[in-house]
Amino acid sequence: MTGDVKAIEVVKLSKIYGSGNTEIIAMNDVTFSLEKGEVTGLLGPSGAGKSTLLTAIGLINPPSSGTILINGQTVMTGSVAHVNLRAFRRKHMGYVFQKANLIPFLTAVENVQLACEINDIPAKEARKKAAELLGYLGVADRMKNLPHMLSGGQQQRVAVARALANNPNLILADEPTAALDSVRGRQVMELFAKIAHEQGASVLVVTHDHRSLDVFDRILEMEDGILTERTH
Amino acid sequence: MNLAIRDIRHNWARFVLTSIGIGLLLMIVMGMGGIYQGLVDDAVLLINKIDADLWIVQHETRGPFAEISKVPLNLEDRLRSVPGVQSSRSFVSHTIQREHNGKPIRIVVQGLSWPDDKGEWLPLISGRNLGSAHYEMVADKLLGLNLGERIKLGKDYYTVVGVTSGMVSQSGDGLGFFSVRDALNIQFEVSGESVRLERQARKSRVLSQDIGNIQPALVERAQSVSSELPGLARPMVSAVLVKLKSGADIETAVSIISGWKDVTVYTADQQKEFLLKGTVDRARRQLGLFSALLVVISAIIMALIIYTLTLDKIHDIAMLKLIGARNSVILGLILQQSLLLGAIGYILAYYLGTILFPKFPRRVLVTSEGMLYLAIIVLMISIISSALGVWKAMKIQPNEVLS
Ligand SMILES: Nc1ncnc2c1ncn2[C@@H]1O[C@H](COP(=O)(O)OP(=O)(O)OP(=O)(O)O)[C@@H](O)[C@H]1O
Ligand SMILES: [Mg+2]
Repeated sequence: MTGDVKAIEVVKLSKIYGSGNTEIIAMNDVTFSLEKGEVTGLLGPSGAGKSTLLTAIGLINPPSSGTILINGQTVMTGSVAHVNLRAFRRKHMGYVFQKANLIPFLTAVENVQLACEINDIPAKEARKKAAELLGYLGVADRMKNLPHMLSGGQQQRVAVARALANNPNLILADEPTAALDSVRGRQVMELFAKIAHEQGASVLVVTHDHRSLDVFDRILEMEDGILTERTH
Repeated sequence: MNLAIRDIRHNWARFVLTSIGIGLLLMIVMGMGGIYQGLVDDAVLLINKIDADLWIVQHETRGPFAEISKVPLNLEDRLRSVPGVQSSRSFVSHTIQREHNGKPIRIVVQGLSWPDDKGEWLPLISGRNLGSAHYEMVADKLLGLNLGERIKLGKDYYTVVGVTSGMVSQSGDGLGFFSVRDALNIQFEVSGESVRLERQARKSRVLSQDIGNIQPALVERAQSVSSELPGLARPMVSAVLVKLKSGADIETAVSIISGWKDVTVYTADQQKEFLLKGTVDRARRQLGLFSALLVVISAIIMALIIYTLTLDKIHDIAMLKLIGARNSVILGLILQQSLLLGAIGYILAYYLGTILFPKFPRRVLVTSEGMLYLAIIVLMISIISSALGVWKAMKIQPNEVLS
């Protein structure tokens, strides 16, 4: 019944930074949609507007104009929000960035547990779920360590686990493998594919890493704020 | 999950140091309040300890603490005839500064109406109360006199037979208790030479009048001991204190004594009122204002500390907002740390205070009521001072995670 509802639909999305002489059009009339259960790669040179697009969809950087629909629901038109953005992020979104951005005073498992608790899962259950997620991501043995005791790859996997804590419909990842070696990077990418396919989430990954392109179901390219689809 | 505790556990060294700082600050706030309370308490201490119902003082004066008051010694006997009066005794009090063992010593000489009042009510920590009408004293430990020590005041030596604790005057000097006679002797002590000069002066005054020339016996009389002269007034005391029989009506006694034209009568409460509204009023207000200022400054300092603690966590708070944490989670993190800081500071202040304050030259009185007030103040400071941090936290945007 909901099969034809897109995970995300973006219509004529634009973002202009600054004004007058210093005006930069970072995103220019971007229109596209993402299916559920699909992992999509977003490529493009530096300054193309990839992060701008990702943060706009992620509801943390409002666009100048255009419409964002998530699960068929109109969430934003221009910079006007139609829902409580924070609550919406809590329920539907998962984020992974280049840096893991773990809370430094919480252990690996606590970082994930916190995300579960923020989603109203009771503490005990949250703990169990966090441990399971860390197991799923292969860092169960480092559960009780603080972030600074983990390697970059381990931190990033904890960050992915945290992004999965609320069973999101949409996972947005901005260069998640940039700080990792190629083997670890590949593992994280495969993980995203696994999550998309197993859990039916829609995953959008910004990457410069051309070696893992085969992982993606679909590839989008961006240049000078304009989005195009690469056809195989 | 409690974020506040986990953050503290992670940065415990900084938190401990900050708590010590807050603790020291709160100790000063507590000390200031204690000095204020000590001043007020010292001022009314004697009135409370003496526990008289009525204070009878010189007509139209406000009593011995506010100004000079002189009433005749025999007022004591007159008052005993008033219905309802159980006992009456003289009150003599004056401050002297003498030298003892080469060091200056300030004593508030306090007369006890021997033999009715031997000082049974004094809070002795060693020795006994007065056992004879002369040459004994009970000294407060603040005077630094030891039991059995002899001190020369005027012509005579007085032996310390008892030591009290906490008996100080409104100006913080230690009290020394003597019989009224001794107290008056110490006050009106004059040298042999002045006695001789005074007698000579009396002789010439008598001789300068007709009657002196006619009656040679009168000249002789004028030169004798003062106390033998009917024409000379007896020494005066500062006030006379009355204790009423239990069940006696205070209003009746007051209205009878008020009818006497040479004295004025006050209740003990009125006496206290005069002290607090008069003598120590300025000092009291000064300290009160200073304490209030300290509370405000503590609040500002604590606000700045909480604010910097929040600045350190901007990135984490942005992350919390990004993953959708409610404001209550973020508010809890800041407020709980603020409250914990306040609570630890409070406990530290209390313990440091109990060690340090007794070593101060004047009394720093920290009552349990005072501690309760301080607890409320600390609670308010903790809440108010976290406002700045909370305000900052609320302004943080989730995309600051990326910066
Ligand atoms: N906050 C901002 N203020 C002004 N200009 C900005 C801001 N953020 C991005 N830009 C500009 O917008 C354009 C797109 O930036 P964006 O970060 O989206 O690029 P990107 O594709 O993610 O690049 P990279 O691969 O280097 O991360 C750039 O020209 C950038 O300078
Ligand atoms: Mg980018």
